[in-house]
Amino acid sequence: MATTAPAAGPVIGADAIPQRPNPILAFIKAQPLGFVGFLIVLLYFAFAIGAPWIAPFDPEAVDFAAMLSGPSLEHLFGTDQYGRDVFSRLVYGARTALSVGIISALAGCSAGALIGATSGYFGGMIDTIIQRIVDIMLSFPIIVLAMVVVAVLGKKMLLGIDVNLITAIAIPMVPKMARIARSSTLSIAQMPYIDAARAAGYSHARIVVRHILPNIVAPYLIMTTAFIAQAILLEASLSFLGLGVTEPTPAWGLMLSGTSADFYKAAPWMILFPGLAITLAVFAFNLLGDSLRDWLDPKMKG
Amino acid sequence: MLGFLLRRILLVIPTLIGVAVAVFFLIRIVPGDVVVVKLRADGAQVTQDAIDAERKRLGLDKPLAVQFTDYMLGLAVGDLGKSLWTGESVAKEIAIRFPVSFQVAIMATLIAVLIGVPLGILSGLHRESWIDNTVRVLAVSGLAIPGFWLGMLIILMLLAVFNWLPKIGYVSIFEDPVANLTALIWPALSVGYRYAAVVARMMRSALLEVMREDYVRTARAKGVFERLVVRRHAVRNALLPVVTVVGLEFAFLIGGLVVTEQVFNLNGIGKLFVDATTRGDFTLIQGLVLLIATIFVIVNLVVDILYAYLDPRIRLQ
Repeated sequence: MATTAPAAGPVIGADAIPQRPNPILAFIKAQPLGFVGFLIVLLYFAFAIGAPWIAPFDPEAVDFAAMLSGPSLEHLFGTDQYGRDVFSRLVYGARTALSVGIISALAGCSAGALIGATSGYFGGMIDTIIQRIVDIMLSFPIIVLAMVVVAVLGKKMLLGIDVNLITAIAIPMVPKMARIARSSTLSIAQMPYIDAARAAGYSHARIVVRHILPNIVAPYLIMTTAFIAQAILLEASLSFLGLGVTEPTPAWGLMLSGTSADFYKAAPWMILFPGLAITLAVFAFNLLGDSLRDWLDPKMKG
Repeated sequence: MLGFLLRRILLVIPTLIGVAVAVFFLIRIVPGDVVVVKLRADGAQVTQDAIDAERKRLGLDKPLAVQFTDYMLGLAVGDLGKSLWTGESVAKEIAIRFPVSFQVAIMATLIAVLIGVPLGILSGLHRESWIDNTVRVLAVSGLAIPGFWLGMLIILMLLAVFNWLPKIGYVSIFEDPVANLTALIWPALSVGYRYAAVVARMMRSALLEVMREDYVRTARAKGVFERLVVRRHAVRNALLPVVTVVGLEFAFLIGGLVVTEQVFNLNGIGKLFVDATTRGDFTLIQGLVLLIATIFVIVNLVVDILYAYLDPRIRLQ
């Protein structure tokens, strides 16, 4: 941008001309930890997408000759009680964790944003009713809500993914997003351009979708990133309890559940590595979410 | 103060009724048929006859209005119905398991407050120092480590270091305090770690905020000892949001207990909830959800009262 200075007039040093900073570099500079989180997230994505090429073994292949063998060059993280390669199961588990986590966080946040925006836009009775429901939902820990939904809906497989599990993880995310979307909407609804849209005779649906929702994209992105971390943790917890992903699908929480506890002493690697995989993933998404928040919307802090 | 108390206690009733109504309809308006799900979980043949018979047995064939009146009238006299699985009364099923979970919850809260508050204060007073950085790393990891995995790590450590595990089965603290505490301290630690992390974070940020207030500057300017400024002016005010967080997290402890009791094989409320969910025991789930909501409401009431005690401005409103 600053390559050619005008010939006439005082010469301004190139460093004196304000340059539009590269947004990616600016983010790295302002939020170095967030960038670390981003890199870890990328790594997990690489594992999830490249699983067939990265995993040295078939994650479901049983090999009784290699039962409970410790970490070695052949089996990097050892094998489990069926002789399945723990590393390969972790790599494929990234697929389960990321797909369930991302789909349910997106679904929950989108529903929450729509409900919150509607509630804030209309106000009055609709707002009161929606807010009471949100209040009730917020008074339960998310895992309790998810378990109730699992109990009520049961299992329903679609394209190899348990749709009801995704619903169960998405629903606890709705009320928090609805709260945030509502408070943003309340201030946006005061804006002259909303009056203008109303005066132009646009329908309520159009005003909410075209004029309000685009203005809550920042909190939406921040919350979605943070919710992916929660969704991954929630999926792992549910699978651990036997209420989420079921065998033989590789999933981190599942790898820690059931009989794996009988092998505490004989095969601690069966417990150490899946837990590390969950912790690191949750940590990375949390880090990324926090720095996105600080960076995009400092007001949301706290 | 008395008027304030009465007003707050009276407000609890409509909230609880709201939850009861919500739970009733949640289980009945969902698309899936509860009875079918339950029969599948039982492993029974799902024929129309079986469904009808089960509906009749559970009283689900009556009109919605009748069911609703029965349910609400039952609640009014403390009748939560019978477990679909064991046939025992829900209240009894819960009462048997309540003491273990309650004790773990109290111990976890003590751990969180006794560790979280001092660490949060230290971290806030020595901002950007090595103490602060250590506390922050510990706190952030406390939010990322899954509770059940932490529990498993604790068991692994007990085995590796002491080659010992607490005995399975609950002994009351009044019978054998040593056996009771040596068994329950570990689940309490594994639930309490996350809790302490949340408390420490809140304490730190509240303290940082208060330290910027005018009255802290004034106290320093008039020559009050720094220790007194911290203790009387800063910490006392910074404690208010911490009280809220401790209360909220206490009400939410059941979320941590659900997984932790599974890891440590404790027969508490959390395990009961998992079993009820796996078996599709809807009356039990209904009762447990009401219990959790009641705890939430009571904890909020206690927090409000504590607030009024700590901050006279609230009482006067």
